[in-house]
Amino acid sequence: MSVEYRVGPLAEIPEGGGVLAVAGEVEVGVFRVNGELRAYENRCCHQGGPVCTGEIVGRYEAVLNPDRTVAGERFADDQVRIACPWHGWEYDLATGACVADPRFRLRRFEVVVREGQVYVRV
Amino acid sequence: MKDEGAPQARVIPDRSFNFLANARREVERRGLDEVPVVDCDCHLYETTALPEIVRYIDNPNVRRSFERSSLGMAMHALLPGNLGDRTVSGRIKTDLDMHLPTGDRAGIHPLAAGLLHSMDQMAIDYSILFPTPMLTLGTHPQPEVEVELARAYNRWLVRDVLVASPRIRTMAYLPLSNPEASVDFIEEFAGAPGVLGFMVTAVRYQPIHENRFVKVFAALDERSLPLAFHSGPNWSDRPFEQLNRFLSAHALGFPFYAMLQLTNLVVNGLPERFPNVRFIFMEAGQAWVPFLVARLDNEYRQRSSEAPLLRRLPSAYIQEMFFTTQPFEPLDDPEHMRTMIEMMGGPSRLLYSSDYPHQDFDLPTMIWDLPFLSEEARRDILGGNAMRLFGLPAPERKRPAGAAPAAAPPGTRTE
Repeated sequence: MSVEYRVGPLAEIPEGGGVLAVAGEVEVGVFRVNGELRAYENRCCHQGGPVCTGEIVGRYEAVLNPDRTVAGERFADDQVRIACPWHGWEYDLATGACVADPRFRLRRFEVVVREGQVYVRV
Repeated sequence: MKDEGAPQARVIPDRSFNFLANARREVERRGLDEVPVVDCDCHLYETTALPEIVRYIDNPNVRRSFERSSLGMAMHALLPGNLGDRTVSGRIKTDLDMHLPTGDRAGIHPLAAGLLHSMDQMAIDYSILFPTPMLTLGTHPQPEVEVELARAYNRWLVRDVLVASPRIRTMAYLPLSNPEASVDFIEEFAGAPGVLGFMVTAVRYQPIHENRFVKVFAALDERSLPLAFHSGPNWSDRPFEQLNRFLSAHALGFPFYAMLQLTNLVVNGLPERFPNVRFIFMEAGQAWVPFLVARLDNEYRQRSSEAPLLRRLPSAYIQEMFFTTQPFEPLDDPEHMRTMIEMMGGPSRLLYSSDYPHQDFDLPTMIWDLPFLSEEARRDILGGNAMRLFGLPAPERKRPAGAAPAAAPPGTRTE
């Protein structure tokens, strides 16, 4: 059975950022992505690394010219990602899916806001 | 619902962390504190102690050049380069763990204290320690620099670092650019406390089968000492200049130099001539070994007169060698992994290695979780094979069964 933990004021979770919350025995990263909250277990699918403590970065993309030559590379702002600091596995912060191999997904928890307070069910 | 009833989570606003706290949790989930684990390839950043090492350099001119250099200058001008951003533009933070608290281990070398801390977090009983920047020394154009710095490094490691704990061992650096000096090294360091054998950096340009190196193999053979080839990338080497990504140079570099050294060893019959030397190939993963088994056997059947010292197929020699496991390369189908290990000669050929604190390190859990191996085989890979190969005594248990873990609480940064 899940237990609901109070994380704190929504205002303290910035857009494109997050906090680490120790909810009982479980470490949970709570993030705000495109205005929505997401909560994931701080455990990378690869070797269990502290993924929720990692760098938050945009998707990095190659830009092709019409003739298929490479024009360059740039950060795209359509997807926010988090990179596990152990080995660099990157996840889409909105879905928890590993961007290189979407068969791997972070364990996701339900997160709700009531009266400006964020709660996570673990 | 009454919000006041919800327990408050402990919140860490900056998401800071104890780097290896998750490792402790992963090994505890699997009970690995009760499984002997030998890490056959881990590293220190020895250049952080360069002034200590330099004091052991015999040659006064080489010593003086290092004494008069800043660390930055030594790294850029005195040591061969090692190109490439290992952090993926700062995404990987493994080297944060380079400076760890000494805790109640005050009085021993801080690098040893940091290593022992990491070992405890990862449930590792023994670590076999290798350098990091000096792994490129084999490409130095001045052989005397390789010899002088390697000797100083070995002396420093044995006298100042390994004395900290019988859990920390090494295979001493052998400067193959000078075979006479290499024999002197074997005489000086074989049998030194903590020295389990010798290591040659695989990235180098001396063909190891040449007669001038026979005295080195003979000195190892008469002492029945293992010899490891520690691989690496070398982005500056001509064929790799075509590769535009660290991913590519890293993926191909390690197995390339391992294959090159192993091919010279086998084709020139060195295992036939020196049957007491156990050969170990380090840090090149696994998938290259089945490739070489197939490739060399096929070539040998067609051109055996070019390898007249062989009495068996090349694969027979390869399958008597040892291979460290990191970076373990999982395949989707466990049957494929099982077959790959069979082609390497079976689980008895594999030695667990972490490569910690490098950016592609493996926890012991990588091996423990392999679904197609028996528990006995997993225990052999994690520690049993290495304990037999190196004659290591059974480790003391890290803590009594059931005792609380000594790890710092999660959510605190180790400073």
